[in-house]
Amino acid sequence: MENSVSLLSMRGITKRFPGVLALDDVSLTLGRGEILALIGENGAGKSTLMKILSGDYPQDRGTIEIDGEVAEMRDSRAAIERGVVIVHQELCLAPNLDVASNIFLGHEPKKGLVVDKKRLYDEAKVLCDRVGITVPITTPVEMLSPGEQQLVEIAKALSYDVRILILDEPTSSLSEGEAEKLFDVMRMLKSEGVSIIYVSHRLHEIELMCDRATVLRDGKFAGELPKEKLVSEEMVKLMVGRNIDAHFGEHKNRARGEKIFSVKNLVPYGGKGSVDFDVYRGEVFAIAGLVGAGRTELLQAIFGAEERFSGNIYIDGKIVRIENTNDATKAGLALVPEDRKELGVLLEMGVDKNITITGLDTYRPPFADKKREDEVAAEYVEKLDIKTPSLTQEVCHLSGGNQQKVALGKWLAVSPKVLMLDEPTRGIDVGSKSEIYKLIDKLVSEGIGVIMVSSEMAEVIALADRVLVMHERRAAGILEKDQISEENIMTLATGGSVN
Amino acid sequence: MKKLMGMIILLVVLMAFICIYQFSTTGEAAFLKPINLANLLQRVGMLGIYSLGAGVVIISGGIDLSIGSVIALVATTTALFAAQGISPWIIVACMLPVCALLGWWHSFIVGRFSLQPFMATLASLLFFRGFARGIADGKGITLDATPAFNFIGNGNIFGIPMPFIILLVLGGIVAFIMNYTVMGRYLFAVGRNTEAVRYSGIKVNTVRTVAYVTCALLAGIAGAVELSYTGEVQPANTGLMYEMWAVAAAVLGGCSLRGGEGTVFGVIIGAALIRVMENGMNLVGIPSDWQWSVIGAVVICGVIADAAHKQRQAKQIKS
Repeated sequence: MENSVSLLSMRGITKRFPGVLALDDVSLTLGRGEILALIGENGAGKSTLMKILSGDYPQDRGTIEIDGEVAEMRDSRAAIERGVVIVHQELCLAPNLDVASNIFLGHEPKKGLVVDKKRLYDEAKVLCDRVGITVPITTPVEMLSPGEQQLVEIAKALSYDVRILILDEPTSSLSEGEAEKLFDVMRMLKSEGVSIIYVSHRLHEIELMCDRATVLRDGKFAGELPKEKLVSEEMVKLMVGRNIDAHFGEHKNRARGEKIFSVKNLVPYGGKGSVDFDVYRGEVFAIAGLVGAGRTELLQAIFGAEERFSGNIYIDGKIVRIENTNDATKAGLALVPEDRKELGVLLEMGVDKNITITGLDTYRPPFADKKREDEVAAEYVEKLDIKTPSLTQEVCHLSGGNQQKVALGKWLAVSPKVLMLDEPTRGIDVGSKSEIYKLIDKLVSEGIGVIMVSSEMAEVIALADRVLVMHERRAAGILEKDQISEENIMTLATGGSVN
Repeated sequence: MKKLMGMIILLVVLMAFICIYQFSTTGEAAFLKPINLANLLQRVGMLGIYSLGAGVVIISGGIDLSIGSVIALVATTTALFAAQGISPWIIVACMLPVCALLGWWHSFIVGRFSLQPFMATLASLLFFRGFARGIADGKGITLDATPAFNFIGNGNIFGIPMPFIILLVLGGIVAFIMNYTVMGRYLFAVGRNTEAVRYSGIKVNTVRTVAYVTCALLAGIAGAVELSYTGEVQPANTGLMYEMWAVAAAVLGGCSLRGGEGTVFGVIIGAALIRVMENGMNLVGIPSDWQWSVIGAVVICGVIADAAHKQRQAKQIKS
């Protein structure tokens, strides 16, 4: 750091959410006119830390100092008064308002009680010139490209007296040219003495733009990299490198059987490249990547739940037509979605009705065979050890782990050929997690093909036989068993290449 | 279930109150006279038939505002063509498939264009009311009914009015579908959470179609019964606001506009409650101009009591 006294210092920040320690004693410093990269894997705590700094929610412990004075960020207004402004990953503009009105939204210059239109447009023009917005300031922002909208957000930030600008994944929706323009603005702000915290997964941009990097891992401070060590390998090494917990059970060498499932030339709606892969009997095929890399969309497209541009799906070597979820289930596919409460289970219906909703039409159609239903529900409650006081208990009363078992059970009850799991252990306790890992192992040994999307690196490493890594809505590469490592996955996931 | 019990108790208390009030003022309970009871059951039957349809759609998470206009459409076309000498039975038999097609159309545009059911069926409310008025030139038509057709609205078996018998038969069929078939289960589930059902590999469009077709068919049957009952049709007034009474009956009977909740029995109780309230108010001499206000007040009390009960439950779950 050039300045001996830093502009910002966050010390010992700790934040606990129900069930998780999101941040554990994290510290961060920022000098004047410095561009600091904040990096880490999914769920490392980057966003939480920045939300605390910008007053979105309070820390449980720790202090924030600006210019050596303790600053309490009660709300975002308090943060803005101290010159801390955040530009969120999802832009927060009012689409129908014009550029100038958006820039001053919420703090319009006033003449008495009414908005001073002339000053608003004059000052907006000055700000737009500074950040290089060339479109007329009376254009509604919904007409602008994502890059231009991003610049409007930055102009909005500059309309406050910004000293610390937080950019959360600013380039994720920008084209290369637009990103270049953003970098020019960042350089200009730096030269004017504004400090920037840059949250990004794009490591080459960090190499190019940043002075220093703070790395988080699992909610803890993992290390710091000075300018001369800001290279991809160093960053990846600090971001990963964690011990794999023992709760995955012993991972036997699985015997790979014949090919049961293939995807050829599949482009999900909104995808940026085609995806091809095969799944063999008796293996766990994992799909890794950063949040927003298009993994969930890929599974939804395969399952017929969302549209796709193109692509063929083969089961047991035969092409199958999948236009909707009904086609998919009839073909032997199953999907346990990531959003358990909204898509995975019917919260207000009983455990029994949830488990049998997939198979009810096969028992004794068109009638609802309640006797058979009770038998099937009881069978899977026992097999999966679902803790519920009764079969008719509404699923909303169960714990997250047991809800997830219901979401799994309803598919196991119809014996799918290929089971797709989207973040199967998200938000559930450690005990249920290890039960689900054992279950996955068991299913695979019974010859079911398992496709698993997971953001938990340790989970992928421990369970997967092969890994498809996705990066920005296209396939970045497939890693074979002996290539699977955190470094390789992170390298592919951040846009690098593995020999 | 608790809510349904509450409504049954309310119904019994209301009837007891009417009897006691009449007995204490006039020395006899006119409410219990066979002619009053028959009239009451006839009117419960009429309201109940199309309320069943509203109930099924509401359970599946939708709403159908076209019920009254469909009743007007069937009644008007039947009266109009019957005047040309065609048997009303044949005309009704031809109109029911048209009703089914209309139900399919509602489901189709809701599914295909993600329209709100409110808008999809509001358009039909306007369209078919206008259509019925248009083809009849806005004039009322008297039905030259055969005795057999007259029977479905005005006849009785062992003193029980036909509309009520029709309600019991149709109610039995709908209750069977809702409780003992796969489709019934799907209807409840779709009402709870359409997306979760879609992610269970079920064609939710088909389920939705069943709901709207059932509703339109029941409205069509109600149209025939209505025509038989009144013996004439006024295209501008026949069936007017019936969809609102149907929603009120369904909600009083335990259906929730959130979807996924309700029973056929409850809908019939709801319809009975509305008719007993009307009948009681007539008997005790509350001016008919005030009666809607009273029913409106009862509906809102019922809904608030239900919502408050649910909030208490939700708090218990959290703690």
